[in-house]
Amino acid sequence: MSESASGSVELTGPSHPAAHGPGATAAARQPTMLLVGNPNVGKTSLFNRLARRNERVGNYPGVTVERRSADMPLPSGRKVSVSDVPGCYSLSSRSSEEQIALQAILGWAGNPRPDLVIVVVDAGQLVRNLYLALQIIELRVPVAIALNMVDEAGDRAPSAGALEGLLGVRVVPTNARTGAGIAELAAAVEAELATPSRPRVHVSYAPDLLRDVDRVAAALPDEWKGNVERERALALWALSSLEPDDELTGIAASLRERATEVFAAASDRDIDREIIEGRYQYLEARLGELPARSSDARGARGPSRTERIDRVLLHPAYGFVFFVAIMLLVFQSLFAWADPAMSLVEGAFAAVHSALEGGLPEGFVRDLVTFGVIDGVGNVVVFLPQILLLFLFIGLLEDSGYMARVAYLMDRALRSVGLHGRAFVPMMSGYACAVPAIMATRTMERRRDRLLTMLVVPLMSCSARLPVYTLIIGALFPPSSVFGFVPVQGLLMVAMYLFSTIIALVAAAVLGRTLVKGRSVPLILELPPYRWPSVGSVLTMMWLRARAFLSEAGSVILAFTVLMWLLLSYPKVDPPPQLETSAGAPAASVSVAPNEAAIEATASFGAYQLERSFGGQLGKALEPVIEPLGFDWKIGVGIVGAFAAREVFVSTMGLVYGLGDIGDDDAPLRERMRAEMHADGKPVYTPLVGLSLMVFFALACQCMSTLAVVKRETRSWRWPLFMFAYMTSLAWVTSFVIFQTGSALGF
Amino acid sequence: MMTLDQVAPGVAVVVETVGGARAFRRRIMELGIIPGTRVEVLRVAPFGDPMELSARGCNLSIRAAEAREVRVVGAVAEQAVRLGTLTPGLAKSAP
Repeated sequence: MSESASGSVELTGPSHPAAHGPGATAAARQPTMLLVGNPNVGKTSLFNRLARRNERVGNYPGVTVERRSADMPLPSGRKVSVSDVPGCYSLSSRSSEEQIALQAILGWAGNPRPDLVIVVVDAGQLVRNLYLALQIIELRVPVAIALNMVDEAGDRAPSAGALEGLLGVRVVPTNARTGAGIAELAAAVEAELATPSRPRVHVSYAPDLLRDVDRVAAALPDEWKGNVERERALALWALSSLEPDDELTGIAASLRERATEVFAAASDRDIDREIIEGRYQYLEARLGELPARSSDARGARGPSRTERIDRVLLHPAYGFVFFVAIMLLVFQSLFAWADPAMSLVEGAFAAVHSALEGGLPEGFVRDLVTFGVIDGVGNVVVFLPQILLLFLFIGLLEDSGYMARVAYLMDRALRSVGLHGRAFVPMMSGYACAVPAIMATRTMERRRDRLLTMLVVPLMSCSARLPVYTLIIGALFPPSSVFGFVPVQGLLMVAMYLFSTIIALVAAAVLGRTLVKGRSVPLILELPPYRWPSVGSVLTMMWLRARAFLSEAGSVILAFTVLMWLLLSYPKVDPPPQLETSAGAPAASVSVAPNEAAIEATASFGAYQLERSFGGQLGKALEPVIEPLGFDWKIGVGIVGAFAAREVFVSTMGLVYGLGDIGDDDAPLRERMRAEMHADGKPVYTPLVGLSLMVFFALACQCMSTLAVVKRETRSWRWPLFMFAYMTSLAWVTSFVIFQTGSALGF
Repeated sequence: MMTLDQVAPGVAVVVETVGGARAFRRRIMELGIIPGTRVEVLRVAPFGDPMELSARGCNLSIRAAEAREVRVVGAVAEQAVRLGTLTPGLAKSAP
């Protein structure tokens, strides 16, 4: 979904303040407004309260950071468009994600220029929250403050009136949870749009610093110039953000040079500290003028509720038990609880499929509709139960404040392989299914962290590999025990899960040091107070994720399904004569009843057709490539078919061996595999081939849905193609080494 | 001289200087941990890293590697003081 561009139309450079879109006069234009604030201040809940109509979800230009906008009605009936800006503690930035806030606030880089910025402030964290508000006011952008969480702050909360008098901007107390103050906020927005307030905020920076600021301001590009205050604010931003190796976009080289040079020339001072301390001292002094509040120190009233909870949940022993329990619950829900809903979806689509198959005239169109479109839509919808469940848990974990604790608890372990602590939930979800797990990487802020996690999540052994392992282990390995009590089959299954986990972690370590190398970022994690999750927010997030999946990844999965169907069903061939006779006339061997013979003939014809399809030909063409892994062309066809979804391997092998649709019972297939011989009379499936095949399935990227969802999350085909290439090469090389070494050793 | 990573859980200190990589020091200072700010170490994560701090009524977690860059003074065994078993003058403090 693309954002309809209103206001500024430039895509790269910052727009001149006067440059609104041609013909869009201020009077005719719908006013735009931003919600800005620190993380965990209830900004998204407030957005959900304000956003009443016409919600649009898009991306900020150039980055995969979700941008939610909606219309908000004002008391007069006029509407303003309100957008949610990602939470930030400051406008200073080093990465393109951190740059979003500044660009959105100034209406640069393709963002509409806001008529008003609402800074959402946590009343209990006043100084730190006003630090951000101060920066925005310094830029001379119209600001109003939503003083949120007044109830939680208790007697630490200032009175809105006093704060308003102090800062000179409108301050409205709100409670995003209950909806209190929302009407007042709308009224304040209306008033602010009519008569902008005059902020009374002026930080007195040190004279040395001001000289530096003016030198940087002199190097601002023409389109950044405006009044002196705005220029100084931008120069302050440049001084504290620009570095020779920052990752910011749209910055003039001369400005970066000047900022770096001025910063270096003041090496005997501490410019960062001068700026930050200047602002904090100013805020503390001004807030000191407010009527006395109780102090921020928690010691006075004993430990807070959050601290009492953390003493248990972050306890080295009980905390860990709780963590494991919560994660097991999430995992169990994805792995088991989603199953009935998924079966229901599959059943429903199978019913529609057969109804249409019976109702429509035989031919290409019928097959396209049933095997292509209906099955394709079914392949998309079947993911919904897991996606909804995972985002239900993620929503609860995020909203309650526990997700930050997961990152805190897991940081040490995951950091050693270059992953973010928040990668734990996506990685674990990967054992169930990579599709929701990849969507869950959105809980990480940095593109690099998301990308790295996304690239290795599909290596985690997902539930679709389970039927493949079950088939191979059941067919080729004895149900005996080692050391008298450890069952070989169970041991192998555990080994496959361990193997996939280790490979995923190793891949993260390797990719994180090579291809998705990122500057190591210091972990500074806020552990927000525990709060009751808001049902509305969680449901909204589940709905948004599901909708994004359906509309964006869904179309790709649907297209892949149609393509797979064409590959495995075309070109159509006529039945060979011997099959026709065996089906038509009573067979010579009378032990087979006629209708059984017919079924057998249909199944044999299915195998015959499959062998001659594009997919079958592809499997044959692949034979030279997969032969060194111990696979014949029939396995090749199974591998081609498994691209639709790994578990399809089982049914494709059933078709290849002429067993027809084998349904849930793979016993005949196991028999058939054990009996399958090469032309020279040696068995096709030895335990070594089975191992090689399982390893291939563990590592190869055989899942079109995974690729579709990676495409959606990265907004390009580059990363899904890379993922396919690296996983499949890794699979080939590993299986090659296993099979060749095993053969040389005589297995 | 004492650095933040050496501070035991339950102990409150006052920040003297913030060092380390620019990205770290800028971010942590922007969160209000500037020289003169009182910081209490709450606990350390199960693997010994990162550590959880409380400053200005807000809880943060930073890694030991970065905590090593924050110099602190005037350590006061806050809890002991609160419990009345220790007076501030006798509390363990930086030499």
